[in-house]
Amino acid sequence: MPVSQTNSQVVYAALKSCGIGLLSALPETWLVHLIRMAEDDPEMILVRLAKEEEGVGVSAGAYFAGVKSAMLMQNHGFLASINGIVSFAQLYRIPLLMVISYRGHFGERDPWQTQGGHSTEAVLRALGIRYAFLDDPASVARRIAEAQTLAYSSLHPVALLLTRELMWEEA
Amino acid sequence: MQRLECLRAIYGHLEKCLVVTIMGAVAAELQSLGHRTNFFYLQHAMGLASSTGLGLALCLPHQKVVVLDGDGSVLMNLGGLTTLARYRPANLVHVIFDNESLLSVGGFPTATSTGSDLAALARAAGIEGASTVRTVDEFTETFDAALHATELACVVAKVEAVGPKGYVTDLALLENRFQFQRHIDHLKWK
Repeated sequence: MPVSQTNSQVVYAALKSCGIGLLSALPETWLVHLIRMAEDDPEMILVRLAKEEEGVGVSAGAYFAGVKSAMLMQNHGFLASINGIVSFAQLYRIPLLMVISYRGHFGERDPWQTQGGHSTEAVLRALGIRYAFLDDPASVARRIAEAQTLAYSSLHPVALLLTRELMWEEA
Repeated sequence: MQRLECLRAIYGHLEKCLVVTIMGAVAAELQSLGHRTNFFYLQHAMGLASSTGLGLALCLPHQKVVVLDGDGSVLMNLGGLTTLARYRPANLVHVIFDNESLLSVGGFPTATSTGSDLAALARAAGIEGASTVRTVDEFTETFDAALHATELACVVAKVEAVGPKGYVTDLALLENRFQFQRHIDHLKWK
């Protein structure tokens, strides 16, 4: 599978160096290595979800408990979480760090991913959620750290979009 | 059995727990008995009270966490029962007040009114001890046992579809949220 193990490791190491102690996740192709790394890490609390929106509650509970967390999900999982994001994270000013695989954009071959790809950034903008791309391994660590800093200083969700450039090793 | 009677019966037991409630009648009735800083009322995001309890319970394994849920909310996040069962935090008590109704929006019947059995759904999800209670004595006894148990507990309390006159209280949502967070911070320094 051409999902980049090397760059997944870069992302995982960056999350770890931000002090992330809990990851919620729902598997998707680009996230397989990241989820395995969390599974193999005895210091990480990995919460496998039935639906991504649960992750908003899990992350809020972790935040109240003083544990830093991140949500790993596909952009369709983000779209499935909107009510939780709006009527919990935004309503109650909870800093969520959402790491979202950006499927359905340039280079996408799966027809079923394309409409979600079309809507993702528009929905993030409509919700006023600041986002940045993870597209270059050299800037991943800094961008994740800065996203987390902004989430905590603004008490608001922040999103990082995992791009094909970073995650997929196929021309 | 009325929800308010159930809450009154266990109110004293909640003092040392972290309590997460759903919106509407549960939040208003618990507040009517006396707000405490260890109570967090999730006044929207239906379905996520139990997920919040899961996050708290996993991150604070030595702290009892009580979720006061409802049939309408649980029905919006049935998958969450399987997530709870998967991680089965021993320090979590999941109470579901089942009035078979979406009371605060006009009392429309939920699927539990036509036979869907939440305790059976919870058991099928893997929370083996999930049970249904119908009297205040039974509720108090089951809750008390759940609080002292060393495994994830789920209690479905069948209650009448009656609630308070209003749902808005004078506790602002953000005030509650910051109080609750600070309460937990102070626990850690003790």
